[in-house]
This record gives sequence, C-alpha cells and structure tokens, in this order.
Amino acid sequence: MDESILTIKEAGEKLASGELTAEALTRSCLDAIEQGDTDVKAFLSVSETALEEARAIDARRAAGESLGPLAGIPVGVKDVILVQDWETTGGSQILEGYNAPYDATAIARLRAAGAILLGRTNCDEFAMGSSTENSHYFPTTNPWDKTKVPGGSSGGSAAAVAAGFVPAALGSETGGSVRQPASLCGIVGLKPTYGRVSRYGLMALSSSMDQIGPCARTVEDVAMLLEAIEGYDPKDSTSAELSNTTVPTLIEKDVSGMTLGVPKEYFASGMDSHVASVVQEAIAELERAGAKIQDISLPHSPYALAAYYIIQPAEASSNLGRFDGLRYGYHSSGENLQETYERTRGEGFGKEVKRRIMLGSYTLSAGYYDAYYRKALKVRTLIKRDFDEAFKNVDAIVCPTSPSVAWNIGEKFDDPLAMYLADIYTVTANLATIPGMSVPCGFVDGLPVGLQILGKPFDEYTLFRVGATYQDRTDWHTRTP
Amino acid sequence: MADKKATVGRKAWDYHNDMKFSREEVLKIAKLARLHLEEEDIAKYQEDLGSILSYVEKLQELNTDDVPEFQHAAGSVNVFREDVVENCDPDVRRRAIDNFTSREGDLLKVQAVFENRTE
Repeated sequence: MDESILTIKEAGEKLASGELTAEALTRSCLDAIEQGDTDVKAFLSVSETALEEARAIDARRAAGESLGPLAGIPVGVKDVILVQDWETTGGSQILEGYNAPYDATAIARLRAAGAILLGRTNCDEFAMGSSTENSHYFPTTNPWDKTKVPGGSSGGSAAAVAAGFVPAALGSETGGSVRQPASLCGIVGLKPTYGRVSRYGLMALSSSMDQIGPCARTVEDVAMLLEAIEGYDPKDSTSAELSNTTVPTLIEKDVSGMTLGVPKEYFASGMDSHVASVVQEAIAELERAGAKIQDISLPHSPYALAAYYIIQPAEASSNLGRFDGLRYGYHSSGENLQETYERTRGEGFGKEVKRRIMLGSYTLSAGYYDAYYRKALKVRTLIKRDFDEAFKNVDAIVCPTSPSVAWNIGEKFDDPLAMYLADIYTVTANLATIPGMSVPCGFVDGLPVGLQILGKPFDEYTLFRVGATYQDRTDWHTRTP
Repeated sequence: MADKKATVGRKAWDYHNDMKFSREEVLKIAKLARLHLEEEDIAKYQEDLGSILSYVEKLQELNTDDVPEFQHAAGSVNVFREDVVENCDPDVRRRAIDNFTSREGDLLKVQAVFENRTE
C-alpha cells in the first residue's frame, strides 16, 4: 500500500510495531511528491536531509530509546515558518536566497517530538491571499480538480495533505489561511487560540492575529500536532501559559448533552446554496449524535471583513517595513538609500503585497487613523463581544468554513475584493482570537466542503470532541482525490 | 466594477463603489511606503484601493462612541523581563550575518543615510 496516505495515528502504530520504518515512510512520501507534485505544485522544495533524519529515528528506535509522539512522521512546512538552514522565502521574491538562521519554536518542538521535516510548502506571498496564486514562484492547484485553486494562503500545506504527499503539514493563519484551504482541499485544519502556539520564527503578517496551525486528515492527528507545538515560549511575549495542554487520547467521541449554536449570519446572502445544504446536513448529523442545536445571532459578523481588511493591512504595512534589501534577501541598488529601498521593495514585492502595504500605510496615516484604524479596533471589540455573548449559551458554534467550493484558477485573481470575500466566515475567529477548525463534510460538484467549528478561547478540546464525533460517524475524510 | 464578475463571494455582504483614488494619492502613499510602482500598474492600484476603501466604509454605519478599542484578548498587559543582556547564539549570529547583502567584516554595509555627507 501507499504509506504516504496513512494518518499519523496509523503510521505511528506501524512504526512502533516495526511493520514500517521511518525511512520507508519518508521515502514513500518523497516518491509520491516526485510523481504527483508536477501537477499539484504543493512543494517549493523538499529536504535533502529527510531520509538521513528518518534513518536516525529508526536507529534510535532499534536501540530501544524512548521517542517522541511524532517519531518518524513526515511533516510539510509552510514557507513562512523558519527551518534552520533551509531557504525560507515567504513565497516572496524579496526573500529569495534567504537562509533561515534558526528554527521557529514550533519547528524546534516538532523536531523534539521526532517529526521529519519533509519540505517547504507553497503559499501566497507573506500569507496574503486566499488562493495561493500570489506565490512569487508558481500557483498550487487543488488535488481534487487541478483547474481549481486549493485555497490559501496555506494552499501548499493543504494540497500536500489532500494529495497524499504527507500525513500532515503546518500552515499559518491570519484570517482563515489554514481553515479555508483545508475546506477547499477536504482535510482538517485548525487555527488555535491566539497565544496557544508561539509565533517565534513565523514571518509576521498581522501580529495581533497570526497563529501557526496544523493540517492533517483526521481531528485526532491535528490534536497530536497541536500537542507537539503548543505552549508558552519566552521568545513570544504574547504566547500563553497553558492550563490545559492538549492530550489527544482524552478526546471523547461523544457530543450528547452539548449545545451547538448555528449563527444565522453565516447562511446569509452570498452563500452558495449547495454548500449551505451540505453544511446543514453535517449539523443534522451532529444533532443525531445527541447534540442540541440552537439558532444564534452574531450580529456584527457582516462588519467583520471590513474591520479585518483595515487591521490586517495596517499591521502588515508596519511588519513588512523590515524588508529593506540590506539585511537579507533581494536587493536592487539605486542612486541613494531612498531609491534603493523603493526599487528593492517595488521589484521584490508582488502586487497584492504592495496593495496591502499601501492600504495599511493609508489607513494609519495622519487624518485617517481615527476614521479607519481606530474605528476597526472598536468594531473588533463588538465582534469579540458577540462571541462572548453566544458562548454563554452554547458550547461551540457550527457553520460553513467557506461560502463556496474551490473556484477556477485565475477567476478572482485580478479582483482583490472578490478574493477577500472568500474569507468572510473565517476572519471573525482571528479578530476574536478564538479557536476554529474546518472538518470535511461532503462535496458539491466533486469538490470538498468544510464544516467550521468555533470555540471558546483555549477550549480546543470542545472543537476536537465535535470534530472527532463527526468523523467517527462519517467517512468524508477517508476519500482521496 | 461591482458587476464585473458575478462570483458567489462577490454577492456576499454587498458594498458600493464610489470612492475614488487619484493618481497623486497613490503615488504619495507609495512614496511613504518606499515602494516604486511601475507606470502601467498605477491605474489598477487607483481602482483597487478605491474599491477596498469603499467596502470598508460600511463600518461607519455602526455607532461605536461608547465602545473601547480592542486590546489583547487574553487580557495580558505588559510582559516584562529583567534588563540583562542575553547574547545571541554565535552560530545563529554567524548565519544572520551571512545573509547580509553587503558587509565589511561582520558589519552591515549600507549606502550613506545622509545624502550630503561623504566619508
């Protein structure tokens, strides 16, 4: 059988029993990439040391050493997360040739858990986009239909898992960049609570919302990855001291007695009616499993995207100020320093990045700061309050992840606002800093649909419980393109 | 613009497009953000920035007079540490320096910051 399509749990059992070696599993993933990635284009590069690292794990296992929970499991890494000595570009030309000087904390923790870092997955430039078409290098395609986008910005990570190249991958989120591609590619993707996973070594897009999040085929696998990467890190002062660390074996596959809220605003105009029906059926399945379903309202949701597209570009314009062409990456010389900055940044950044830097510079500038940025921060408070209010009555919220299934490559590429609207159901969780997860729940025209589950801050367990119960009763996640 | 493409996402939470961005405004923002723009791209940025800002205008519909600005959700305030120097790992330092575009020894070499001064 093709070992690369095993789940982490299945592969872990085979590795532990000696039925499979880490080397064979890693080789199987590398072979799958070599054969299939010419079309999918999920990977920017694969690791040259992966097989060697796998053999080292096998040797340690043979010697009877105690190994981490992900020992020998190959994992793809979105190209915005630093892996020491790997070229790490953020999908941008401006970092072409940049070699990461250290490991991100999440990467160091994956290594400590025994994972094999298999390669860099493609993404929209500096995670700005919803289709992975904004990568400077090439667009990634959707493994279910290669004329469609995989979603984004973590499209490479989601497509790599969906295509069976790797059992798991890390992505990152600012406004839905793990959940939305997970939905469009038919896999599970988690955006943890802000602060749960250290941002140290994650290229900064919007520092008040960015989080690293795992992608895999099952909820249990995603929980295993979260267990490995979560926790306080003194190098990220916004990381949280956790009172409830994740223990994947504690996930109950039972939702009886739980109350799940269905927000009416998430089924409003603009929602594809076929996608809505599939999600409604998934919610009905949870009801049959014993959950109480309750209609709720998150009244400020229709304003979330507007607030997001002020706050996010504002923070991005500030964060991307570091790309000066002097300390690393692309450099284009001008007559003087000012001209060097302008040329380096003008040539090194792609159009969407320039668009957002200008948008952010504008809304932060004198005379506009109050009307845009300060206003958006106030609306962010209202959105957070909507969730606080809802969670007084429900244990979790269930709704669609994306208003549509995957669209044609090129369809929204020249229309930034149409692209932004793909994030309408995901940005709310980032603004409110709550956890969210997308779980495959069916198909429309042969393309995957995702059920989104939103939870209280630091209550990832409830999301896992709802998601694992759903996967226990359905088989969408076992289907492959 | 609004009827350019009838995609599903397009219809969601409608917006209007009446905000105009002049060429001069785009060039001024680009200058502030240290971005050289290609001549052929400027008109598209005028259109795009205008339509995005028209969309976000909808926030003005909400009365937020008594609403505080959002702070950190977990309630953290200032995070302090002792004011002591912690040296960078020498190997990390070496790798960071190796990424410099131009250098003299271990120093980053850049063009003159003040234009009317020379060495």
